[in-house]
Amino acid sequence: MNATANKERPETAAPAIELRGISKAFGPVQANKDISIRVMPGTIHGIIGENGAGKSTLMSILYGFYKADAGEIFINGNKTEIPDSQAAIASGIGMVFQHFKLVPNFTVLENVVLGAEDGAMLRPTLAKARASLTEIAREYELHVDPDAIVEELSVGHQQRVEILKALYRQADILILDEPTGVLTPAEADQLFRILARLKEEGKTIILITHKLREIMEITDTVSVMRRGEMTATVKTSETSPEQLAELMVGRKVLLRVDKEAANPGETILVVKNLRQFDDQGVERLKGISLNLKAGEILGIAGVAGNGQSELLEVLGGYANATGEVTLKGNALPLSGSGANGRIRRESGIGHVPEDRQQEGLIMDFKAWENMAFGYHHAPEYQNGMLMDNAAIQKEALAKMERFDVRPPNPALNAKNFSGGNQQKIVVAREIENNPDVLLIGQPTRGVDIGAIEFIHQQIIQLRDEGKAILLVSVELDEIFSLSDRIAVMFDGQIMGERMPNETDEKELGLLMAGINEKAA
Amino acid sequence: MDFLTLIQVLDSTLRLATPLLLACLAGLYSERAGIFDIGLEGKMLVAAMFAGAVAAVSGNVWMGLLAGIAASMSLSALHGIASITFRGNQLISGVAINFLAAGMTVLVAQSWFGQGGRTPSLMGGGRFDGIELPFAIGPKDAALSDLSVTKLIEQAGPIQQVYSELISGHTILVYVALLCVPATWWLLFRTRFGLRLRAVGEAPEAVDTAGVSVVGLRFAAVAICGVLCGVAGAYLATGLQAGFVKDMTAGRGFIALAALIFAKWRPWYALSATLLFGLLQAIAVRFQNIEIGGFVIPVQFTESLPYILTVVILAGFVGKAIPPRAGGEPYVKEN
Amino acid sequence: MEKMPRWADVVLIPLISLLLAAFISALVIIAIGEDPIAAVKLMINGALGSTYGWGYTLYYATNFIFTGLAVAVAFHARMFNIGGEGQAMLGGLGVAIACLYIPWPHWTVALLAAIVMSGLLGAAWAAIPAYLQAKRGSHIVITTIMFNFIAAGLLNYVLVNVMRPAGSMDPASAKFPEPTHLPTLHDMLTPLGISFSKAAPANVSLFVALIACVLVWLLIWRMKLGYEIRAQGHSESAAKYAGINPTRIIIISMLISGGLAGAMAINNVMGEAERLVMNATEGAGFIGIAVALMGRNHPFGVVLAAVLFGFLYQGGAELALWTDIPRELIVVIQALVILFTGALDNMVRMPLERIFLALRKERN
Repeated sequence: MNATANKERPETAAPAIELRGISKAFGPVQANKDISIRVMPGTIHGIIGENGAGKSTLMSILYGFYKADAGEIFINGNKTEIPDSQAAIASGIGMVFQHFKLVPNFTVLENVVLGAEDGAMLRPTLAKARASLTEIAREYELHVDPDAIVEELSVGHQQRVEILKALYRQADILILDEPTGVLTPAEADQLFRILARLKEEGKTIILITHKLREIMEITDTVSVMRRGEMTATVKTSETSPEQLAELMVGRKVLLRVDKEAANPGETILVVKNLRQFDDQGVERLKGISLNLKAGEILGIAGVAGNGQSELLEVLGGYANATGEVTLKGNALPLSGSGANGRIRRESGIGHVPEDRQQEGLIMDFKAWENMAFGYHHAPEYQNGMLMDNAAIQKEALAKMERFDVRPPNPALNAKNFSGGNQQKIVVAREIENNPDVLLIGQPTRGVDIGAIEFIHQQIIQLRDEGKAILLVSVELDEIFSLSDRIAVMFDGQIMGERMPNETDEKELGLLMAGINEKAA
Repeated sequence: MDFLTLIQVLDSTLRLATPLLLACLAGLYSERAGIFDIGLEGKMLVAAMFAGAVAAVSGNVWMGLLAGIAASMSLSALHGIASITFRGNQLISGVAINFLAAGMTVLVAQSWFGQGGRTPSLMGGGRFDGIELPFAIGPKDAALSDLSVTKLIEQAGPIQQVYSELISGHTILVYVALLCVPATWWLLFRTRFGLRLRAVGEAPEAVDTAGVSVVGLRFAAVAICGVLCGVAGAYLATGLQAGFVKDMTAGRGFIALAALIFAKWRPWYALSATLLFGLLQAIAVRFQNIEIGGFVIPVQFTESLPYILTVVILAGFVGKAIPPRAGGEPYVKEN
Repeated sequence: MEKMPRWADVVLIPLISLLLAAFISALVIIAIGEDPIAAVKLMINGALGSTYGWGYTLYYATNFIFTGLAVAVAFHARMFNIGGEGQAMLGGLGVAIACLYIPWPHWTVALLAAIVMSGLLGAAWAAIPAYLQAKRGSHIVITTIMFNFIAAGLLNYVLVNVMRPAGSMDPASAKFPEPTHLPTLHDMLTPLGISFSKAAPANVSLFVALIACVLVWLLIWRMKLGYEIRAQGHSESAAKYAGINPTRIIIISMLISGGLAGAMAINNVMGEAERLVMNATEGAGFIGIAVALMGRNHPFGVVLAAVLFGFLYQGGAELALWTDIPRELIVVIQALVILFTGALDNMVRMPLERIFLALRKERN
């Protein structure tokens, strides 16, 4: 494999990567259908598509994680078989996964050499790697302490370790899967600078994302995937976000949701000075205070991992905290046996959690059992000492029909529904139990466009009925299109509140990075 | 208690700790690679049976040792197929292996020798003899003077007592087990194999994406576990005792497991833990009920102490034992 | 869509696993020079061919229903309770205390007291591992194994130093007094005009075990607590979200599990031996694992699997009596059943799923 820079390669050079007719099915699901793509050397090529469009599957095939059912792979013009990751690495491909593949209690150095050792003895390998890391750090401005323990590094630095791993293996082609999902806008900008630098040095980069902004900002060409198919490949300079969105979804999309202006009523939820420490003693919530009025949607923006999840858990009743939370003037317990998800529901707080598969649903329970989840103590579901399963089933069917859950079969296990329909089950359950306040986290994560529109409509309708809604989302688009008021969280604090029509993505982005210009 | 008694207790501690140490290190390899193994007991048991049987039939203890290792490794292979290839529950597989061993050993021994599920008593070349180190008092000295070895040691000075009774005179497997400790440390922390082995027990996805076979590493670890359990079992039947009897492991596999937790999955700690548990066994064998200041500690308590100590350790009252992160979980690729 | 129909999961897979176990057992029998078909005939004849055989089969099955239910209840909360053996030993101690030290007027009250005492001690023995798992994250599998050994030590101590009648060399308690003796199936069926072997140990505990099955079924599938146990077993994070307290569920499910294992003692200690001896449990706590796996953690399945293992136990004893096949053959079969229905489940499942998928594709 030729690892030299290919800056001077003429336009007629073979593509760094060419895929021809790649298909892959998982059981009955066709994840990739006859996909062909050419990526020229020394370019940044974006692959964009909705969740579940098949982007990650395609890249996993390229990295030897899955075996394609059909199709061919050419690297630098040579037909290449990639049966496993070893072969991918040997072909000069490096991959930075969305979820990092690092050994948490190893040092950076150990993580870098793992799998690429020079000999059976460790010491010479480590010494050599140390020298070459210094070299790489200088060349690409990628600085990380080689002796740091990985689990003690920030997320952004852990990502650098992943890139270092690829460069140490002399990768020419770097694939990054949703690399900015866990980064602040500032960290994302740093990453993009690193990528630009790598491109200058002649590396080929494939960037997988579902964020239009990133595609427009950094890529040279972009391919769009929809439902397992490659729908178009265009030069980034010759397209627009609107066109890409349309290609992604397959029809014209309204990037804004239609809604009337809010008509806020009385303040019903008051949060004062909420503090929380996690098991390791790290302070996750650092004195959160906010108010929520009836008939309004308060959107909480922020990069994932800045305390939003903890805020939802505390308000939802299943994580302890100190401070004060009052609902319609009544103080809610924040620790002890009263801090309990079920009791919190009884007092009028519904909760659509961020992660429906880990929290909102029991995947191996039937849909009807899930419809009572968290409400299973409700008197109407009881029959003496036993649960009244007939009543639960009857209500479940009615709710599934009202929320257009497909198929409307309460006897199916939750895991057998699509992501959008699973989310509808959760939303139906929480809305139909008529809460005063609805907590809703990442309402449309991994949900198809049709279900997104439906769920957004339900949220707005609930607001118009005079309920208070606390929306947490990492998608700024969603925050802008739904919220009547926006609060930004960073590092366990509220950085500021803005009205959606008086701010823009740039200002919110700075707040999300912990920079408050107005305060400064 | 006089000095010589102490030395004798320590001597028997070393003998009793040897199978524990070997099994504990066996478990260490397996669990460091992310495969829980509660089947140490069963593997030692089949090894003891086959070592005893083959040594008896062939009259050659080394053949017995090899047979023991082979038997133990075949159960390791079964555990590997169940928990690595078919991603089954490692604990359930371990339980099954223990019962398989408990049943098969008696079945095979009975149909082979017809002595009620035991193997014939071993003599001469069928057993591992003690190795007499230079200058130690041994059978040769006893033959020269008319006194027995025990008598000679009784008459010797304290240093010679320690040397002859405690350090010299063990079978080769005792010394091998002790050497396994630094060897394991070196292998784990100074070699490529060790780095990968530790990684696969912590984050198999990191190993996989680095282009190293998770399955291969885990099978290697499980195989090493099989070899060490095999040596441990063979020692029981051909070193510690002379032949196999039904259920002769008597829970040693579980004590080794306890020692492994006690040792926090580290080789040198494993040595200390197994020596401690060996000491408890030696005390229980020698003294039965112990009276301390009018208060009698029943022998059953001393025997149960390893288990009680493990529970205390597990409860985290004496430092927390954190097992390898990916332990017990079958590895499934995902993004 | 489900990968295969429910009946395949519930009936076909255990059946295939069982056949595999039986096939390998047959090979083992051939390997030690015996005839497997003759062996099966002998087992069937010995275990099911007479009311005497049935009496033993059902006696063993009663033990296994209790321990199988114990393992199954814990499994529903995703706890692997390997401690059934120790909990059953403690249950035996409870029965002995109830029967030896209180003069009961009639077996019915004695039985009730024995159920309570054995259940309580069994539950208590499960309580510490449960607490440590729930509060300190100590792995329940390891702690329950340790508690089996500690239970053996404790029982040994109690029998040798406390309960052994003066002058006796046998590490066993005194014989229980006459009013605590439970009616056997012979005693119960004779008034109905059905003749049943007088020598067989099956007794009224069998009906207690069956009642326990119904109660466990109601608990798991019809009560809020069971709903919470199952939810916790499937996903602890989801359970927390729904306001289910994991600590409480872990402890309660293990207490129920330990209580059921302990209650086994009314059969083997009170119903059969009528005194407490060392090793009264004879490994029944461990067989509960095989029974629960085979019975797919459902009380009905547990009953079927328990009867199957009762048959194997009695049949195995007959084999050992009349042939050169040692009793340990049952231990091997038990191991194979655990192996195939538990650890190698995927080996049977994956090809089956592929077959059903192919069948479905053909139909469409």
